[in-house]
Amino acid sequence: MIRVQNLVKTFGSFTAVNDVSFDVAEGEIFAFLGPNGAGKTTTIKMLTTLLKPTSGQIELDGLDPQTRQNEARQRFGIVFQDPSLDGDLNAWENMEIHGVLYHVPHKVRRQRSEELLKLFELWERRDEQVKKLSGGMKRRLEIARGFLHTPKILFLDEPTLGLDPQSRNQLWSHVKKVNEAERVTVFLTTHYMDEADRVAHRVGVIDHGKLVAQGTPKAIKEQTGTESLEEAFLALTGSTIRDESAGAADNMRQFARMWSKR
Amino acid sequence: MSAIYILWLRELKRYFRSRVQLVASLGQPMLYLLVLGFGLGPVFQRAGNGSYLQFVAPGVIGMSVLFSSIFSGLGLLWDRQFGFLKETLVAPVPRLQIMIGRTLGGATVAVLQGLLVALICILAGFRPVNPVTAPLAIGFMVLIAIVFSALGVAIGSSLQDMQGFQLIMNFLVLPIYFLSGALFPLTGLPKVLSWITSADPLAYGIDGMRSVLLIGMTHFGAATDLVVLVIVGAILLVFGAYRFSKIQI
Repeated sequence: MIRVQNLVKTFGSFTAVNDVSFDVAEGEIFAFLGPNGAGKTTTIKMLTTLLKPTSGQIELDGLDPQTRQNEARQRFGIVFQDPSLDGDLNAWENMEIHGVLYHVPHKVRRQRSEELLKLFELWERRDEQVKKLSGGMKRRLEIARGFLHTPKILFLDEPTLGLDPQSRNQLWSHVKKVNEAERVTVFLTTHYMDEADRVAHRVGVIDHGKLVAQGTPKAIKEQTGTESLEEAFLALTGSTIRDESAGAADNMRQFARMWSKR
Repeated sequence: MSAIYILWLRELKRYFRSRVQLVASLGQPMLYLLVLGFGLGPVFQRAGNGSYLQFVAPGVIGMSVLFSSIFSGLGLLWDRQFGFLKETLVAPVPRLQIMIGRTLGGATVAVLQGLLVALICILAGFRPVNPVTAPLAIGFMVLIAIVFSALGVAIGSSLQDMQGFQLIMNFLVLPIYFLSGALFPLTGLPKVLSWITSADPLAYGIDGMRSVLLIGMTHFGAATDLVVLVIVGAILLVFGAYRFSKIQI
């Protein structure tokens, strides 16, 4: 369903993704693991047509997302790592826009929006402007929105970041449900190794832009001779802490906060 | 089509929800209208040009449409900032539709803003000469709004963050305004200045409004105004759509 071959992305002299190749089969849950700044999000951006690869091939359901952008976009859904809601609109309207952009028929859109908002306990707050919701609620709304249409491939970029255990549980059981019932292929990244171990059929570990291991969680544990996926991860990527530099977006967010004291 | 509609609707909702901004954006045109309108009035009158308030009102309306539409286009930067842009860019909708929805939304908001300022002008004592042709001014407002919303989207697609905002403001938006003849008549200008003003699309928009609001007071002629605005608008729409389709995040 997803095929990546010798994918490279450089920003100036920095190589964010360095010769990465992997395959994800239809109906599979694939976890992409790696420390901060390892190249996970850059890879997802290239898979989802937001960024042009420097070199290498990508296929989504047999389509090249560079040359056949619209058809490729029709096949996937994505929950972003950082916010992507419209803060001036309310929760319901954010769902509506998403539903319309993804061609979900009117009736189905209404019904599913209601179900999902109830499932993620946002129904009572549906008429409130998103900027007034708490961080956790915004996160839940992003996730609820991601499930509004049923794509062939679902990208989840650190979906559980900032969620409480209840919502995390809700999320993963929903992911498993759509994966089993509708054969949705799931490509996810997370920093919680226990989640990856529990949910993913296969994992890939990326570090400094290079794929250092891939296989079933069990195989990776065996390969590194460790008990848990967390230990395996540390064995593969070392224990030094990485830091991403603040990008333009972060600087601007700060600027925006200064001006929007409403 | 429904994607264009929902994004257009979004711009309108955002406009009506930010009341503070709505009121704040009326401050500048009122300042120009009331302070310059009444302040320069006597001098203008003595020079034999009639009422300055009558003259400047279409200019002030044009200014508010210009600012409002350019800023709505630059709103792209905020969407990039707050992430909503990504949501629209990965959607299975041609980017052209997304760009058109945004542009039309921004243009509609700008026209509403222009009408609001027109109302204030009338309250301040502005009187269109011929009430029959006066509504045609709305047509010129629409053209101005489309030209500059498209320009705003083109610029917004090319900027990464707010750093360039001041640059755009000081070296593009304000010159477009001051060189448009919004504040002074375009006849009898020094040659160089007259060339520059003829290259300013807003000059044609404001001249067009004057030609239908104050019969006979036109520099280029209403037909020329119309043709120039339509051509420039079409070019900028194509250019804006092209820049928008090239956005990477």
